[in-house]
Amino acid sequence: MIIPPPSPRPQTPPLLELVNITKRFGSFVANEKISMKLPPGSFHALIGENGAGKSTLVKCIMGFHTAEEGDIVIDGHSRQISSPHDAYQYGIGMVYQHFTLVPAMTVAENLVLSNPAVPAVINWKMEMDRLRTFMKTAPFQVDLDTPTGELAAGQKQKVEILKQLYLETKLLILDEPTSVLTPSEADEALGLIKSKVTAGELSVLLITHKFREVFGFCDEITVLRRGKFAGAGKVKDLTRDDIAAMMMGGQREARTSGKSVRERGPVALELVGLHANKDSGVEAVGGVDLAIQEGEIVGIAGVSGNGQRELVEVIAGQRPATSGEVRVHGEAYRSTRVESFNHKVFLLPEEPLRNACVPQMSVAENIAFRNFDKPPQTRGGCFISRKAIRGAAQELITRFSVKTRSTETPIGDLSGGNVQRAVLARELGPGTARVLIAANPCFGLDFAAVESIHNQITEARNRGVAVLLVSEDLDELLKLADRLLVISHGEFVYETTPAEADIKTIGQHMAGH
Amino acid sequence: MNAESIGWWGVPIGILAGAIRGGTPFLLVSLGECLTEKSGKINLGLEGVLLMGAMTAYAISYKSGSPWVGVMAAGIAGAVLGSIHAFLVSRPKVNDIAAGIAMLLFGTGFAFYLGKPFIQPSAPQLPGISLGGWSHLPQIAAALKISPLFVLGVIIAFIMRWVFRSTRWGMQVRAVGDSPAAARAMGVSVSKTRFICIVAGSAMGGIGGAHLSLFYPGAWTEAISSGQGLMAVALVIFARWNPVQCLWASLLFGGAQAVGPSLQAVGINTGYYLWNASPYVLTLLVMIITCSNKRTLAGAPGALGAGS
Repeated sequence: MIIPPPSPRPQTPPLLELVNITKRFGSFVANEKISMKLPPGSFHALIGENGAGKSTLVKCIMGFHTAEEGDIVIDGHSRQISSPHDAYQYGIGMVYQHFTLVPAMTVAENLVLSNPAVPAVINWKMEMDRLRTFMKTAPFQVDLDTPTGELAAGQKQKVEILKQLYLETKLLILDEPTSVLTPSEADEALGLIKSKVTAGELSVLLITHKFREVFGFCDEITVLRRGKFAGAGKVKDLTRDDIAAMMMGGQREARTSGKSVRERGPVALELVGLHANKDSGVEAVGGVDLAIQEGEIVGIAGVSGNGQRELVEVIAGQRPATSGEVRVHGEAYRSTRVESFNHKVFLLPEEPLRNACVPQMSVAENIAFRNFDKPPQTRGGCFISRKAIRGAAQELITRFSVKTRSTETPIGDLSGGNVQRAVLARELGPGTARVLIAANPCFGLDFAAVESIHNQITEARNRGVAVLLVSEDLDELLKLADRLLVISHGEFVYETTPAEADIKTIGQHMAGH
Repeated sequence: MNAESIGWWGVPIGILAGAIRGGTPFLLVSLGECLTEKSGKINLGLEGVLLMGAMTAYAISYKSGSPWVGVMAAGIAGAVLGSIHAFLVSRPKVNDIAAGIAMLLFGTGFAFYLGKPFIQPSAPQLPGISLGGWSHLPQIAAALKISPLFVLGVIIAFIMRWVFRSTRWGMQVRAVGDSPAAARAMGVSVSKTRFICIVAGSAMGGIGGAHLSLFYPGAWTEAISSGQGLMAVALVIFARWNPVQCLWASLLFGGAQAVGPSLQAVGINTGYYLWNASPYVLTLLVMIITCSNKRTLAGAPGALGAGS
């Protein structure tokens, strides 16, 4: 039976209980029998590694997903939440990782328009009076007349939070709200929200990676690992190590995967004082130095958003470095096509469909990107042989077991794993690579595919390729890397080897302290 | 009295008269385009809508004897063409520019086809509103005899400004045009909002056509529009998607059209055809000035041309 939401909306934070929530996507179990309880006026942290199922769980609360099993219990009654509007009626609101503001509209217009009960004709004088009254009690101040498109990311995030408070949300879900904020901005925002919680006006469920925020602001914590409940408790009873152990699942062993012991060659890839900015102009990479020798895999660990993406984009030539230099085999490297061909620099970027493919072009054409203008694909310097391109692609498709209907299928029609394999075939197939950059090469792939990609990377290393492996999967790094660096806030903060690696220490450096 | 008797004053007066008369179709079409683009889609078919509106208004005015029935019919004809465009662009993977060009060709061709029998007969015209009664100069009186559709356009411009600023629906249109994802998050139907905007915008374009055939120049010929529907697109960019600025920009374009004829009226024939090209030169200049790969256009709806 579906019980209609209460009317009017609650004036105080509700008691929210999740009981044995299970959510599947096909055969993939995103959440398995997860239970948690949020009493009114609590500040609860939900933490776990990427892909642990945190976002899926809160999307079930918000009505974006419907859990297959389990109950959402609000103030003692089992409720069905089938849309974000239902969640609004229960006083539940969420601040998403991406912004939901209309850039051309002012802060005031965004706040007014977000209210589902806004009248058809807006009396701006009255609305502005209401907004100014609201801003007097608001935890932070933003100029109401500025278009939100002109605000910095941190201020946008504040407007998103203000929007929820303006909507009189009583249970606020924050999905990594501080990933776009500087540490002091994050402290300010969370501190002011905390004061609302302490006053009993609000409950908060905070999704985060950062231990600092857990210990600074949260009362209770629930830890997820690979879609399952991995622990919970009061923050004051737990140490960082306890939480790290829950997140990582205890001690892990460094595994070697057929890595041959070999003499390392000369330095192949070198980063010298490299700086780069995010799209927003904020510095993402803050001066990194690194030298990778031939026959070596250097792994870079870190929580996503700490500059890894920008670092890879600079090496790939997708983003200008603001200062510093990339050198390959001792020469300055500016990622032109000629340079990458001469130095045999190959790349497995993350989101390959976006970063390494033209989705509308065929699998064969995408596989030919590296060599379509070289013989035998091109004859006489300017005539492209489609037959040669198809033939070369067919050979690689078979060798790397890319599942595609034909060589002429647009690559955008392939599944994520097969796009990844096609790119891998292009980059590693010819076996000529001397430098390889791989970013989250196994993201979203099944076990067998992961195994085969790991073997390819190891084989490349054994051939003497210098490999830079950026990954959010610590297991992968410990298995493949010869050296491991931890990146935090755009800088390398810790270096170790898998043999000596201590998970807790790595976790603490990843968490930014 | 003739133009010479007021001497060189004939030029500014001629330009003023031209600005209002010639600017009216620009005004109505650009307001329609402004509404359409605010919702995040482009309708290049408004040139076809303009011709269809001109033809329909003339034909219906002739048949019914009432120019006002003709104006209404022009609006309806515009809305029908607009609904075809709106349907096309709501389909996935349909490019609004390509669909717009198709609608432009269709609207133009269809108007010519249906309009053949109406080139000769003379249809009842819209009455002008005389605002120049205070002057003893007939030139001024004639210049200030303005089209009732110009008044309608001015009213629509100010209403649109108010709607975009102070109504829920108007703000939802802006949200849809600027950030469809944010609009969806607010529970606003992007496709429905765009459909309404495109249809209403096309109706305005059709009424702009009625001004051409029922007021100035006041006849139905196939050369009646000479690309004004397309120039209106440039005009909207020039006006920064602001309806009231569309009014000023339309007057400017209308005035530019009148430079050649006004100079001719005082006996300057040099470069007559060159002066007649001034609206097109103005369009090019607007495009060149507003083009920049460094900064994005302030005021441009974010979803415009994004294909989402």
